[in-house]
Amino acid sequence: MTASEEKDSQWIECVIRIREQADQAAFAALFRHFAPRVKAFLMKGGADEALAEECTQEVMATLWHKAHLFDPARASVATWVFTIARNRRIDALRRQRRPEPEDLPWGPEPEPDQAEIMGLQQDTERLGEALAQLPEKQRSLIERAYFGELSHSEIAAETGLPLGTIKSRIRLALDRLRHAMN
Amino acid sequence: MDKITHHLDDRLLMAYAAGTLPEGFNLVVATHISLCDECRARLGEFEAVGGQVLERGDTVALADTSLEQTLARISGDAPAGDDRNTMPQRSSVFPAPLRDYVGGDADAVHWRAVGGGVRQAILPTSNAATVRLLHIPAGAAVPDHGHRGTELTLVLQGAFRDEEDRFARGDIEIADEEVQHTPVAEAGEDCICLAATDAPLRFRALIPRLAQPFLRI
Ligand SMILES: [Zn+2]
Repeated sequence: MTASEEKDSQWIECVIRIREQADQAAFAALFRHFAPRVKAFLMKGGADEALAEECTQEVMATLWHKAHLFDPARASVATWVFTIARNRRIDALRRQRRPEPEDLPWGPEPEPDQAEIMGLQQDTERLGEALAQLPEKQRSLIERAYFGELSHSEIAAETGLPLGTIKSRIRLALDRLRHAMN
Repeated sequence: MDKITHHLDDRLLMAYAAGTLPEGFNLVVATHISLCDECRARLGEFEAVGGQVLERGDTVALADTSLEQTLARISGDAPAGDDRNTMPQRSSVFPAPLRDYVGGDADAVHWRAVGGGVRQAILPTSNAATVRLLHIPAGAAVPDHGHRGTELTLVLQGAFRDEEDRFARGDIEIADEEVQHTPVAEAGEDCICLAATDAPLRFRALIPRLAQPFLRI
């Protein structure tokens, strides 16, 4: 197991301890790692520091309350935190509802399969490495698309790059990520 | 159900995962994903990219008492229920996210005639995009319109054809600027679509352009 896989399984363990034992120390560990990232994410999305602090606390509290809904066979902890922070940003900064897809009619989840969880952890790590290895120009556009709350045309207006260049750089970046995952 | 052949593209899935689409587009994307396991899986990939962007991104220090405040907040909150979308009713025409906006299934829509036998209902969302339901009688033409901006059309019942393709339940048509087409609802069953646009549509054949701002088309 590599260091970052170990880290991710450590976060999964924290979520399980919150769910089963209302473990505040496990929550504190998750908080120390993820809360500063969530705060940066919200500030890049346009929140001032006070609002970002407030919303970060709400996101982290949501993590506690929804720990029973986390499924480590379907998403990494980082992905789960990202989706909660994203929804909070849409709600607080854009003041919009966020329509979510209907849940699959699978009924009560069976105990998550260990092999599936391991597979997902390996995928997550490969994805993170592939992202880190993207050429700087491609990676920065991907990061801005997720972080900066900018549409492609707004990125074009801000960077002076033609829209076609931005679209093709993002497409190249996605192709590289897919290639790395195959 | 027919197999879905027209899917969301990377640009829409990534923007939905990133949370940067207007609400009206989010509704169309969420409704398609409710019907399409392939796009649901691709969405999971785009959300995983978001997770890694967050994981590897910058950090900003929290206030000194932030953890204590959050723990206090947690013990003050009411325990969360299971707020997953209600169990799917696979017999319904509208998937859950659309039922939330309509306040029910297809029989709960308040339709208004727009001419040519076509009816529509505009759904309340933020102003950045307009989203509406269209009811097109079997065999009738969807009014000829040109586009500005991007228009998404998702079929919920029946099917329509344009010059090139056929779109049935679950299929989504993504039309960018300057596309002009004349879709026709197939014979047999009336066609119901969910359509979103980020620019006002021009129903050239039917409605004088000056009237558009009042009719919100
Ligand atoms: Zn699809």
